[in-house]
Amino acid sequence: MRPIDVIEGKVSVLDRADVDTDQIIPKQFLKRVERTGFGEFLFYDWLRSGEIELEPNPILVAGRNFGCGSSREHAPWALEDFGFEAIVAPSFADIFYANCTKVGLLPVELDEAHCRAVAEAGEARIDVDDQTVTCAAGVFEFEIEPDIQHRLLNGLDDIGITLESAARIDEFEAAQGAAAGPATTGL
Amino acid sequence: MPQTMFDKIWSAHEVSDGLLYIDLHLVHEVTSPQAFDGLRLAERPLRRPDRTLATADHNVPTDGTKAARLIADQLSRVQVETLERNCEEFGIPIYSLGSDRQGIVHVIGPELGVTQPGMTIVCGDSHTSTHGAFGALAFGIGTSEVEHVLATQCLVQKRPQTMRILYSGELAPGVTPKDLILATIGRLGTGGMVGHAVEYAGPAIESLSMPGRMTVCNMTIEGGGRAGMIAPDETTFEWVRGKAAAPEDFDAAVERWRKLPTDDGAEFDRELEIDAAGISPMVTWGTNPGMVVEVTDSVPDPAAMDSPADRESAERALAYMDLRPGTPMTEVKPERVFIGSCTNSRVEDLREAASIVDGRRVADSVRAMVVPGSQQVKAEAEAEGLHDVFRSAGFEWREAGCSMCLGMNPDTLIEGERCASTSNRNFEGRQGKGGRTHLVSPRMAAAAAVEGHFVDIRDWR
Repeated sequence: MRPIDVIEGKVSVLDRADVDTDQIIPKQFLKRVERTGFGEFLFYDWLRSGEIELEPNPILVAGRNFGCGSSREHAPWALEDFGFEAIVAPSFADIFYANCTKVGLLPVELDEAHCRAVAEAGEARIDVDDQTVTCAAGVFEFEIEPDIQHRLLNGLDDIGITLESAARIDEFEAAQGAAAGPATTGL
Repeated sequence: MPQTMFDKIWSAHEVSDGLLYIDLHLVHEVTSPQAFDGLRLAERPLRRPDRTLATADHNVPTDGTKAARLIADQLSRVQVETLERNCEEFGIPIYSLGSDRQGIVHVIGPELGVTQPGMTIVCGDSHTSTHGAFGALAFGIGTSEVEHVLATQCLVQKRPQTMRILYSGELAPGVTPKDLILATIGRLGTGGMVGHAVEYAGPAIESLSMPGRMTVCNMTIEGGGRAGMIAPDETTFEWVRGKAAAPEDFDAAVERWRKLPTDDGAEFDRELEIDAAGISPMVTWGTNPGMVVEVTDSVPDPAAMDSPADRESAERALAYMDLRPGTPMTEVKPERVFIGSCTNSRVEDLREAASIVDGRRVADSVRAMVVPGSQQVKAEAEAEGLHDVFRSAGFEWREAGCSMCLGMNPDTLIEGERCASTSNRNFEGRQGKGGRTHLVSPRMAAAAAVEGHFVDIRDWR
């Protein structure tokens, strides 16, 4: 994952609430076993029917509960591959939010009024370190978990960090005893 | 200090602050190939193959195809074969196409007994919340996290908030766990549980069977909840007893499990009470599971909605669903009926549906199918003769898989078709591009198949 510090540029707007991952990337495109190339299938049905229009700008402003539904990481893969670097919305579905932070697609939670202001401004600058979104309407602060912020700023590999705790995981497993889950290999 | 069940399971699995140990990792073909690639790229071994279990479910045809190499759709075939190859390379037990243990991942875990109280369970699938029905902490993860668990058997997790929903009273006759959870999501909205691990409690929950509890926990994610949980009790222990993976020292395990339920006086971040006795059979009318009404109600009028966002969503949903405000739900006519999915495909669900169609015929206007959740469910149902009941009523009786819940396999709706479905999502195009889904219980789906329109199961025949 590449480090993210500042994301700056034009804003695309998808003014809909509860946009689900089935819309972001329909299931027929989940059959691929690769991780790249999903951008051309983003919002496949909505874009092809002309129901919505979207420019591949760095920032997407969306409605509340964005990314609800399935756990498919293909959704952030598609958004990122399409060209988005940050999604600004009043709220996100949990799994989608987590997936974005693993992929290096920045999810930014702002209240509805501020989301609207960013959408209307048409351009914005998001600073991950300062936790601010700056646009013509003002400077808005956003919350992000410190460890997620640290990982994004430094482009760190989550797994690599956890593996540094391998000794502690060994100890945990040794102490689990009878409470350890069933072995799947013995069935 | 009194603790919630969630607190107990969470703290028992914290390796260090925010690093959670995972007892069981379930794997399927769609969300895993890129994770295995990641392991290979970084030359990382799989930490615990003995805490990992795989099956093929999303892509598999339900027409009796006996092996991955025989799947007609090339992309589906490659995906299932890739899973088989990855499992072989990394030493993961797999029940793929052709195995008598193959089935929907959330059906086979509980049926093999690998799902047990007090465990942490993850899978690259949002309906992993199903396993919470056993008093486990179970949630869906994305592919990067799948790779993380494969490599470390741990996950970096933010502790969710806790929420308890207390259901007073008992469900009325004909009203099912599916109606209970649909009514709950209707009240809270699709984002109403976001950020929370939700414990379902109260008399109406305690009297549910394990399949009923799984239906409730399964749809937690449709309310946005991180995990759904139900305290383990005698019903839970009896389910696990005798299963293939049941603990050898079962009594000792039960002693441990009895300590899991939430302590008296434990505090939740949010609490809510719902009168279970007041819940009716439910039918969704829109394009997310929160767009739901009682079967005796009519299609709602967007103009009557307060919030502009709700109004706009409802208008778009009605246009997609081709429904007019004010139309009684009992006049809505599905031409397809799907009984299956990780929500409602266990033997008990099939028994309920069969009791409705026994001796009756599917309406001429309807094509109806039953897809058992697993090969074991199928075998058990056939031993009871349920397949004959369905077939003589005009239902198709198919092989195990996710089938038409998400249409990643040949079972799909064609554009414009309307379906009464026991699955969990009515999103646009979910069951096939342009398909229109109404979520209902197995009984309601079966009755709609017979009548050709929705009926109030409580006073039907």
